[in-house]
Amino acid sequence: MTDRPIKVLIAKPGLDGHDRGAKVLARGLRDEGFEVVYTGLRQTPEMVSTAALQEDVDVVGLSILSGAHMTLVPRVVDLLRGNGLDDVLVVVGGIIPDDDATALRAAGVGAIFGPGTTIAEVAEYLRANAHPRD
Amino acid sequence: MARQGTTAADPAVRALELATAALEGDRRALARLLTAVENRTPVGEAALRTLYPKAGRAHLVGVTGAPGAGKSTLVAALIAELRTRGRSVGVVAVDPSSPITGGALLGDRVRMQSYASDPDVFIRSMASRGHAGGLASTSAAAAAVMDACGLDIVFLETVGTGQNEVEVAAAADTTVVLEAPEMGDEVQAIKAGLLEVADIVVVNKGDRPGAQRTASQLRAMLVAVARVGATRSAGATVPAGATAPPPVTDRPRPKQPEVLVTTATTGEGITELLASLDRHRAAKPTGTPSAARLARAAAQVWAILADRTRAALTTPERRAETEATLRAVAEHDLDPFTAVDHLLARLRE
Repeated sequence: MTDRPIKVLIAKPGLDGHDRGAKVLARGLRDEGFEVVYTGLRQTPEMVSTAALQEDVDVVGLSILSGAHMTLVPRVVDLLRGNGLDDVLVVVGGIIPDDDATALRAAGVGAIFGPGTTIAEVAEYLRANAHPRD
Repeated sequence: MARQGTTAADPAVRALELATAALEGDRRALARLLTAVENRTPVGEAALRTLYPKAGRAHLVGVTGAPGAGKSTLVAALIAELRTRGRSVGVVAVDPSSPITGGALLGDRVRMQSYASDPDVFIRSMASRGHAGGLASTSAAAAAVMDACGLDIVFLETVGTGQNEVEVAAAADTTVVLEAPEMGDEVQAIKAGLLEVADIVVVNKGDRPGAQRTASQLRAMLVAVARVGATRSAGATVPAGATAPPPVTDRPRPKQPEVLVTTATTGEGITELLASLDRHRAAKPTGTPSAARLARAAAQVWAILADRTRAALTTPERRAETEATLRAVAEHDLDPFTAVDHLLARLRE
């Protein structure tokens, strides 16, 4: 099947309650033709990883505005890889300092989208880099 | 976009690998199988051939109702109750696909996130992908895969429905229709459609004003009317001189749903709902397939037959001729009935 939609999990791990960005992105990707699983606020890394496994998503998008990205993101990546989700693309949205961004990329994050990123840019990146399965 | 599959192996081999792993409890393999089934790949079809004979043990429960009535929250509350009893749970939760972009926002997990570390709860969201009727075209097959993998009860949660999305009744053993309080007057309760296929009607948001009144109205209209109908059909008295009416045993009878009130957010009424689900399940006569299972079998077979017919008529050799026939119908040179006769004749060649 070559034309099935790319399936994306949009999750907000951690304790901050600022989910507007995640919701806008979820809606925007829907309009770009993606199938978006939205799981809501205050997700633990375990919840994110379980949802990604059960939903068999192609992409996990993490929205973090709490500053806890250096703790949460590597933990999610580890759990995903531990669950055998090796080919799932992980991307992060939020305000991430440059040094942290470098470290997160080294930890397995595909891309980091800061303020001002357009939905079209995110969609284009995901289309080019996600690995949908059979 | 050309995409690389994960393996170039024979689909039947790959399907057997995944099915074997999934049957042994590998949740990743189950998730991959569900994707293959949802995308109607050769692997998905081969897996269903293997798994279908192993399905049929789970209790398939359809949950339907208007958007925002509380379907996901109710399913979450039922999961909590079922887990205290040690029963494993699968959920197939459907949300609509955009008719314009094909995209979808699948939000049912938001209400069901407390089970991340519980291996006996498996929740899968599906987009309807253009299928009307409340489910995706592959939802019943997805439920069958979960069933085969040993989950005790599988919920099929429809998109938010209106009055007429009754397909779930064929996909499930027991159909639960959710109503919100103050959904309308008694006339709404006697309209044909969704309420007719309910085995259990749940008035959710029981803490809102009017919930009990809505439940009484529904009871009055659904239960009482069904009972009157049933008495008649049992064929009581025939007026003298009149010929006896033909036997009506084959005529479909309205169901007599139980009407319950729940507050899914607090768990109020959930024990009673679960008891009602179990009662409905136990009431099925053993040995013969239920009407719902026969309907499900028919729906699946007819759908595959339609798919196969279409595929056979759009092979490279036949495509041009088929398209010419369709064009002739579009131009009103040919009526659609004659067109189908032509197409079927071509298949027999």
